[in-house]
Amino acid sequence: MNPMTTTTGTAPSPQAADQALSRQYSTFDVAGLYFGIDVLQVQEVLRYQEMTPVPLAPAVIEGLINLRGQIVTALDVRRRLGLPPRAEGETAMNVVVRTEDGAVSLLVDEIGDVVEVEASSFERPPDNLDPAIRDLVRGIHKLKDRLLLVLDTGQTLNLDTAKGQPAR
Amino acid sequence: MEDQEIVNEFLIESNENLGRLDQEMVELERRPNDAELLASVFRTFHTVKGTCGFLGYAKLERVAHQAENVLSQMRSGSLRLTSDLASLILQAMDVLRRHLTSIEASGQEASEDSSDLCRRLEEAARGDAGPAAATPAPPPEAEVAAQKAGVADSAIRVDVHLLDKLMNLVGELVLARNQILQFSAQQEGSALGATSQRLNLITSELQEGVMKTRMQPIGVVWNKLPRLVRDVATACGKQIALEMEGAETEMDKTIIESIKDPLTHIVRNCGDHGIERPEVRVGRGKPAQGRICLRAFHEGGQVIIEIGDDGAGVDTAKVKAKAIQNGLIRPDQAELMGEREALNLLFLAGFSTAEKVTNVSGRGVGMDVVRTNIEKIGGTVDLSSRLGEGTTVKLKIPLTLAIIPGLVVTLGDQRSAPRNGKTGAGGEQFVIPQVSLVELVRLDGEAALRSIERIRGTSVYRLRGDLLPIVYLREVLGMEGGGSGSGVVNIAVLQAEDRQFGLVVDGVKDTQEIVVKPLGKHLKGLSCYAGATIMGDGRVALILDVLGIAQKCGEVAGGRERTREEAVTRQENAADSRQTFLLFGAGPFKRLAVPLSLVARLEEFPLSRVERAGNRLVVQYRGRILPLVPLAPILEPGCEDTAGSQDPVQAIVFDDGDRRIGLLVDQLVDIVDDTVTIRQASGRKGLLGSAVIGKQVTDMLDLDAVIAAASGDQPREETEAADGATVMLADGSPFSRGILRASLEMAGYRVVEASSTDEALRQLARVKVNVVLTALDLPGGGGCQFLEKMRREPSLAGVPALALADSAEEAGLQTPGSFQSCLIRGDRESMLRSIHRLASALDATTPAPELVGEKG
Repeated sequence: MNPMTTTTGTAPSPQAADQALSRQYSTFDVAGLYFGIDVLQVQEVLRYQEMTPVPLAPAVIEGLINLRGQIVTALDVRRRLGLPPRAEGETAMNVVVRTEDGAVSLLVDEIGDVVEVEASSFERPPDNLDPAIRDLVRGIHKLKDRLLLVLDTGQTLNLDTAKGQPAR
Repeated sequence: MEDQEIVNEFLIESNENLGRLDQEMVELERRPNDAELLASVFRTFHTVKGTCGFLGYAKLERVAHQAENVLSQMRSGSLRLTSDLASLILQAMDVLRRHLTSIEASGQEASEDSSDLCRRLEEAARGDAGPAAATPAPPPEAEVAAQKAGVADSAIRVDVHLLDKLMNLVGELVLARNQILQFSAQQEGSALGATSQRLNLITSELQEGVMKTRMQPIGVVWNKLPRLVRDVATACGKQIALEMEGAETEMDKTIIESIKDPLTHIVRNCGDHGIERPEVRVGRGKPAQGRICLRAFHEGGQVIIEIGDDGAGVDTAKVKAKAIQNGLIRPDQAELMGEREALNLLFLAGFSTAEKVTNVSGRGVGMDVVRTNIEKIGGTVDLSSRLGEGTTVKLKIPLTLAIIPGLVVTLGDQRSAPRNGKTGAGGEQFVIPQVSLVELVRLDGEAALRSIERIRGTSVYRLRGDLLPIVYLREVLGMEGGGSGSGVVNIAVLQAEDRQFGLVVDGVKDTQEIVVKPLGKHLKGLSCYAGATIMGDGRVALILDVLGIAQKCGEVAGGRERTREEAVTRQENAADSRQTFLLFGAGPFKRLAVPLSLVARLEEFPLSRVERAGNRLVVQYRGRILPLVPLAPILEPGCEDTAGSQDPVQAIVFDDGDRRIGLLVDQLVDIVDDTVTIRQASGRKGLLGSAVIGKQVTDMLDLDAVIAAASGDQPREETEAADGATVMLADGSPFSRGILRASLEMAGYRVVEASSTDEALRQLARVKVNVVLTALDLPGGGGCQFLEKMRREPSLAGVPALALADSAEEAGLQTPGSFQSCLIRGDRESMLRSIHRLASALDATTPAPELVGEKG
């Protein structure tokens, strides 16, 4: 898949994503929902990593992983979206995204392809979408066979707005 | 030694400058009109001249000065650069360079005479450019070059950022090394073992080497202090000598930077506050000249810096007074403070003991900033002082910040064998920074079960006679599961500021050099962690923030101070009579007390069991109905009750035979043995007054009034009478006297106290008393004997007397001869009634023998 010329020159800043310049999404599955993140924000994708839990941390924070000597906070997307937890024995995959404060790993169920989408397929999230999800979704791309939810990483990582996530 | 260092700096810098000048001069010849270039050349000469002058190299300075003059003419446009002029300046540079070489080799300027060159430079500056005289034959440089490579060649300047980066990389390498070591330990007898050992050694050496590149002697900072001390001494009219020891002690550059200000401040304080004026010193038998002594040395991976003076020392009484005046503490707190705590007040923000604000110090910013800055870099400040002998401030500073030694501890199931390959789910590792670790205590078997005692929810351990508050890491971190179950208790004794506490962990592993890495922003708010690190097995481990944990368990840490205080009090008062009090809090009253002997039981009821009958709360209790009464609204009408909505509710049950009542309180604080004097009677309904119990001001509950109010009775119909009557109160127990006196005074009587028979008789001889109230167990023969003696005095024979007994049995047993009646100590109401009756009868008739007839 060739990168589009419009995006390759752009610095991987969240602002760039805001302007909807990017039409390439790194995709993944969470509880049957199909999500995408601007490909330029994704640093890497990893299999299950061993994690060190952090007592007293917000419940969304699953733990810390060692990413080649760098310590990365892992955040469970299921919990963040208020979805039921992963079944026993299923391991999470890591989508490591770059942020201004270093890398953060998003724990997802399944990693998908990088997909290229048309700007015309974009639509605002429908009003009747579960608010817990709608708050974290920028919009929806209508793909041929399924809907791609564009995850707002800024919102997702902003735990101040997370409700009902008491410290454990 | 220090001078040599400065000279070396100078040589390195000047050689660099000259090297650049060569290039710039050649360039300038090609572009003589480049003002910027000219300015740069000029500046360089100027710098060289400045430093030579500073270091006292006269010849060098003269040459540089003349060259600078020429350049300055050029800059102002009055001279144009000709090739002759350029050669002249280049010659001057050669001369400079020869001088520098000579200084480096022999410490002195070259012997060559450069006056000719100077003269020609001077002429050139005036504008009459003489011919560029045949070069004054520079001596062959070979001889110099043959000498050993000098300082200037053996040192280079390196960007600190580069060193920082190297340091980070070494940190990573240390981690990788740790991982490889752990891995190779599992592969027996392989060649990997030998290689990894080598890697281990090399890494350690590299780590040390890189750390050294960032090391600077502390002298770099100290060099500025003699001047500072001199200025302070002059400004304050004092004589101060500064001694420095261990200036060569090295530490990390960033740390040196960050201790600069605190150090300056402390030394300034020593000079300004510590050292006395000469006449005062002589008066105290000390030499007129004061002494400030700086000492630096390495100790256990830390640098210790001591700043001591032989001045006046810190007057803790003054410190306390000042702290009270500044509103930092309350007077009652000050009274409780020990020497050490009082010294610690100096570190509070907004504190200054200097009586007047001088321009040197005393503005109230200071030691608090010192402490904050030192603690920011993981160091500690300790102040000790002896009044009249001096003060010593001791700073403990880590050598470096990036890599610290730490103790690895675990929580959760731990396999006794080292984990092989895959790590199990159990056994989370945590790291305690070694700096905070005082010692490790391991309790086994029987000892483990018995030695940790609980005092109302707080665990303590007796460590060599001192009580050490115990904190369970598992509980602090809110983790489930109960201990290791192995019957072993591991306590890490930790130091948090000036307090110690024991942290119970499930397992203790070993100490390791760890690389501190910051936590992401989502976890920054957690005060229990100082960061994270990567362990030998590649897993992430959290580094515990000892101070944060101590603060999280603040009450526990505070508990230790208190228990110690209490222990002292206990010893001091061991001889006195004492009572046991229950301390509790209700609503706005945080510290209330009631004698424990009056309390029937302490109970907790689940909120679900509390029922409502009419407008009252009740609970079914031992087959009867116990009314529950929130205490706070009784004491403070209109006050919102918080105790009744807690779950479970805390009740103090009182039972005096026919009346039973449960008072609802917010929390039970403690049970304290103490002797008590009521300091201050209270006008508030339901309180007898204030007393000092357990070294804190405490309100004594007036149980009668409270129970009466609670059961809706109208108590104290007696209060209206009693004007002016005087009651003699003879009782050996100061506490009992205090309580009774408060009740009597509130009822309007004047009270004369006596603690023994003799005293009582003495008092009676002096003061006219209307009613005598004496304890049956009055010291000096007992109440009955006292009464007999009293009756023998004609003037006292008619004074009515009441006896006080501790219990109904005692009262019944001894219903005494000539006492009007015998009262139970706790029964305030009937006491007041009796006294009222006797006193008003006295008022109505004359002091009446017939009253005696009333005796039973």
